[in-house]
Amino acid sequence: MTTFIATIEHVVKGPVWGCQDCGQCVLHSTGMTCPMTCPKTLRNGPCGGVRENGNCEVKPEMKCVWLKAYDRTQDWPLPATWKAEYNHLRPPVDNRLKGTSSWKNFFTKRDRWTPTGWKNSTDESQGVDH
Amino acid sequence: MSTLEYKLTKTTETVFTAEFHSLDGNGLEKAKKYADRFQGWFDGVNATDNTAAHAHASNVATAIAIKQLGLEPILQIVCRDKNRLAQQADIMGASMFGVENFVALTGDDVTAGDEPEARRVFDTDGPQLVRLMSTIKRGEYMSGRKIDPAPHMFIGAVENPGAPPFEYRVQRVAKKYAAGAKFLQLQICYHQDRLEKFCAGVRDAGLAGKIAIIPSVVLVKGARPLNFMHNSIPGIDVPADQIARVEKATDPAEEAYLQTLEFAQHALAQPGVRGLHITDFRNDETLERLMTDLGRVRQISTSEATTNDVKDDHAYSA
Repeated sequence: MTTFIATIEHVVKGPVWGCQDCGQCVLHSTGMTCPMTCPKTLRNGPCGGVRENGNCEVKPEMKCVWLKAYDRTQDWPLPATWKAEYNHLRPPVDNRLKGTSSWKNFFTKRDRWTPTGWKNSTDESQGVDH
Repeated sequence: MSTLEYKLTKTTETVFTAEFHSLDGNGLEKAKKYADRFQGWFDGVNATDNTAAHAHASNVATAIAIKQLGLEPILQIVCRDKNRLAQQADIMGASMFGVENFVALTGDDVTAGDEPEARRVFDTDGPQLVRLMSTIKRGEYMSGRKIDPAPHMFIGAVENPGAPPFEYRVQRVAKKYAAGAKFLQLQICYHQDRLEKFCAGVRDAGLAGKIAIIPSVVLVKGARPLNFMHNSIPGIDVPADQIARVEKATDPAEEAYLQTLEFAQHALAQPGVRGLHITDFRNDETLERLMTDLGRVRQISTSEATTNDVKDDHAYSA
C-alpha cells in the first residue's frame, strides 16, 4: 500500500513539478516550485552564483529554481498561509525519507521530524527578537 | 572572545578582514610569507574551504596555521564537499585549536572547479549551516548530543548583493540572522547601485546594527583578472565600462588600484557596513597602500610580524 501511494505520488508530481521523491514535500511554501530540482538541492533560497540573466550557475540554460519560486510566490494566487511560509528556515533533508510518499509522511507528521539539536535551536535561542 | 567579535559587538570600529591564499605545495612556508604581509592589518583572515571548487590544503589546517602564525582565523565552511557530520567535525576540530570565528557558505558548484566529475554534497545549505553552527555554539550536536563545554563561536555568513533576485537577498540576510549569523561577508560586487540598494534594504528590514555587513573588494593588476572574474566566477558581473576603464588606461595597474580604492570607499560609506573584506591578487605594495589610504594604521612592526607567538585576543583592540 505504501509503495502504491508513493508510485501514485510520483506519477502525479514527477511530470508536473519534476518531483525528486525526497519524501518531505515543501512545494506549497516555495511557490509550487520544487527546490530539489535546484542542482544544489538548496531548500532555503538561491545561492550566490545566479547568473546575470537569472539563470542557474550549474545549468546555464535553466532559470534559477529560486527565482521561479520567488516570482510565483509573489504572483500566483496561492493561499496566504502558504506564502507566509516562504521565508521559513527549512531544515536539512531527512535522507531516510528518500523514495517514500510525502503524502503519507505529511499525514503521519513524519515529515516534520527534526533532530533534537536542530529543534532546540529556535530563533529565540539565538537572541533574535521578533 | 575573538578580536573580530569584540570589535563588531563591543565597539564601533571599522574592521578589516582578508582572504588567506589557498595553500598547496610548501604550504607552511608559503603560509608564513602570506601571514607576514597580513600582520597588523587585519582583524580576521579567512581560511578558505576549497575555493572555487578546487582542492587545496584543508580549511581547518589552514585556520590552525593562520592562528599559529599570529593572525586571527575565520574558518570558512562550504556545503559542497562535506555532509553535516563532516561539517560538525570541522567546527569541533578547529575549536580544539582556539578558532572562534566561523563563516558558513553554500559554495560554488563542483562544475566551477577543475574536477567537475566530483560528487556534489550539499547535505545542508548556507542558512542551515548557520543554524547548525548555532546548535554547536549552544552546546549540542545536531543530534542533540551534549557538548560540554560548548565551544566559543562567533558565527557569520555570506551573501551576494550583486546577483539576482536582488530584493530577495535581503530576506536571505534576515533568515541567516535569525539562524544565528552576526556578521555577513559579501561577495565582490562591481555594481555600486546594487550594493547601495542591498545595504539600504538591510537597514529598512531593521537589521542594521544587528548583523555587521562586510563588503568585499579585490586588488587586481589589470583588466585580465576583471575579465576572468566576469567570465569564470559564478555570481560576479563586472560591467564593461569598469573593465574598459582599466584596459584603456595608460597605466592599467594604477587605474586598477584606484578602482579598488574607489569601490572600497564607496562600500564603507553604506549604512550598516562595519568593515571591509579584501582579496589580494596582486601581492605587491598596493595592499599596504590601500590600507593606508583607507585610514588604517598597522598595529605592529614588520619585525614583530615574523614571530610565531599566538597573540592575546585583544592585541589589536587596545
